[in-house]
Amino acid sequence: MLTIRDLDFSYPNGESGLAVPQWDVANGEAVALVGPSGAGKTTLLKLICGIHQPSGGTIECVGVTVTALSDPERRAWRLRKVGVVFQDFALMDYLTVRENLLLPLRLGAGARAGEEGHARTLADQLEVSRYWNKLASELSQGERQRVAIARALVHRPVLVLADEPTASLDATRKSQAVRLMLEECRSRQAGLVMVTHDPELLPLFDRVVSLEDIVS
Amino acid sequence: MNPLGAIDLAWRYVSRHRAQSFLLAGALGIVAALPMMVRVLVSAAQEQLRARAVATPLVVGQPGSATDLMLTALHFRSGGDKSIPLRLCDEVSDSGLAEVIPLHVRFNAQGAPIIGTELEYFEFRGLTIAQGRMLTRLGDCVLGAGVARKKGLQPGGAIFSSPEQVFDLAGVYPLKMRIVGVLAPSGTPDDDAVFVDLKTSWLVQGIAHGHDDLAKPEQSANVLPSADGGVVGSAAVRMFSEVTDKNEDGFHFHGDEGEFPVHAAIVIPSDRKAEAILVGRYQKSKELQILRPVDVLEVLLGALFQIEKLVVGALALVALAAGLVVALVFALSFRLRQREFATLAEIGVGRGTLWLAKMAEVVFIGAGAAIIAFSGREIAVVMARSILVKGFIG
Repeated sequence: MLTIRDLDFSYPNGESGLAVPQWDVANGEAVALVGPSGAGKTTLLKLICGIHQPSGGTIECVGVTVTALSDPERRAWRLRKVGVVFQDFALMDYLTVRENLLLPLRLGAGARAGEEGHARTLADQLEVSRYWNKLASELSQGERQRVAIARALVHRPVLVLADEPTASLDATRKSQAVRLMLEECRSRQAGLVMVTHDPELLPLFDRVVSLEDIVS
Repeated sequence: MNPLGAIDLAWRYVSRHRAQSFLLAGALGIVAALPMMVRVLVSAAQEQLRARAVATPLVVGQPGSATDLMLTALHFRSGGDKSIPLRLCDEVSDSGLAEVIPLHVRFNAQGAPIIGTELEYFEFRGLTIAQGRMLTRLGDCVLGAGVARKKGLQPGGAIFSSPEQVFDLAGVYPLKMRIVGVLAPSGTPDDDAVFVDLKTSWLVQGIAHGHDDLAKPEQSANVLPSADGGVVGSAAVRMFSEVTDKNEDGFHFHGDEGEFPVHAAIVIPSDRKAEAILVGRYQKSKELQILRPVDVLEVLLGALFQIEKLVVGALALVALAAGLVVALVFALSFRLRQREFATLAEIGVGRGTLWLAKMAEVVFIGAGAAIIAFSGREIAVVMARSILVKGFIG
C-alpha cells in the first residue's frame, strides 16, 4: 500500500527536516503515528500526500510513485486518491456542509451518481447532517472537525491521512469518528495513517508507530 | 482542471458575499455608466434640438444674441423685454416672400410659458387638439399635453397667469384664462406650454385691460373730476381679472396695435429664393434680426460638443482610475484569501482550476457591473426624452 525508501526532506530555509530510511503500511492497515510535538509527524503526512516534495528517496502508494510525479500530477492524484484531514480542518467558510463535503468531487473528477448519498450517510454517522445546508462558518470547532473527517472519506480514497482529527472532539464523538474512519478504510482495504496524541484511541489501530522509531 | 467546479466555487463565493460583491460591481458599474450616460443624454439633446431647429426655417426678433432669440422662438425661453413691434412682422409678411407667425413669449402660468401666437402656429407645428377645442376668443387658452398631465388640468378648468415679480405693486394683475383644449403630445417644447391668442398675451402683459364702463350712469360715482376733459376713474373702478361673456366688451387696447410687442416670429419663406432674399434684406437691419435656427444651433452644439468631449474624457479617466482601484481590491482580496487558496491546493485543486475560479469571480463582478452600467445607460435614454432637453433650455 505505502512504501517509503530513503526519504530525505529539508525545509526550504535549509533547516534539517526529516529522514525516513524505510517505512511500510500494508493494504487496509490502520496505523497510529505518535511522537512529540514538532518531531515531524505533520511533515511526514504532507510528504506522503505530495504537498511537500522530498529532496531524496521515494514514496510509493498503491502502485504510484508519488515522488516521481510533477506538481500538477501530485495535486490530481491527491484530489482523487487521498483523503486528508488537516489539523486546521481546511473548510471553506462560505460553503455549506454539503458543498464542503462534495468539494473534492466537484473540483476533481466530478460527482458521480450516488456520491451525494454517500456524503449524506457519512454526515449522518458523524452527526453533522442536521447542518447539511448550514455554512461552515456557522459551525462549532467540533462540528467543523467532523465535517473535515467526512470530507476526507467522501470520495472513497485509497489512503486516508489524518492529522490529529479528534483534537476538538469530546470522548464519545472522538471514538465514534475514529471507528467510522477505521470502518470506512477497512471496508475498502484503504490505508489509514493517523497522527494522534490520545492514548485512549491507540488500541483501536492495527499498529502504533512512534515517529522516533522510523526516522534516522 | 474542472472548469465547471471552478466556476461553481467562484459563483458561491460571490453570491455568499453579496454586499461586498454588490458594492464592487456597483462602484465599477456606476463609473462605467457615467460616460455612457453623458453621451446618450448629450446625443439625445442634440437630436431633439436639431429636429426643432431644422423644422423652423427662419426666425426674426430683436437684434442681439442669436442664441437667445433661437431659444425664445423654438424653446419658449422668456424673451423678457427684448421684443419687436408687431408692425415689423407685418412688414416681412407684406413682402409676399414669406408667411410670418408672431410669438409672444414673456409670461408664464404655474411655471409653464404662456405663448401668444396665431392659429397658423398649430398648423405649422402639426399640433392637433386631443381634448376640447381650439382658441376662439379672448381669454381662451390651450394647454400642451405635458402641462395638462402634470398640473392635472383639462378643458372647462382655468389657469392663472403669474406676475413677473410678486412684490411689484405696479405690475400686471394675474389673468384667469379658460382652458378650452389640450393638445395631443408631440414630444417637443410645445407639450410644456400654454397657448393663447396674441391678444390674450397682450392682455396678460397689461397692454389691454377690461374694467367697469365709466360711461354708464351707475358708474358716475366712480368718475373723478378731470381738468383736461378726459375720464378718470377712482380706485373703486373694478378691473376685470377674467374675460367672461358679460365683460368681454369691456376689454380694450390702448395705442396702436402695430407697436404692440412680440418676442420672436417664425418666418416661413415661400421658397429658397425668397429665403435668400429675406436673409439678405434683414442681415444689416438695426430693427430686426433674422436667423436660420439650424445655423445658430450648430454653433451652439459645436461648443457643447467640446464641453462634452472634456466631460467624457474626464469621466473616462475616472473610470480608468476606478478600474485600477477595483483591480487593486481584487489583488488585495486574493492576497487576504491566500490561506483559502493554499487549503484548496493542499486538498489537491490544480493551479489552473484555482486561476479559473479567481478569474470567474472577476467575470461575475464584471458582469454585474456591466448590467448596472447598461441599466444606467437605459435610464439615461428614458431621461433624455424629457428631463434633459427641458433642463437645457431652462
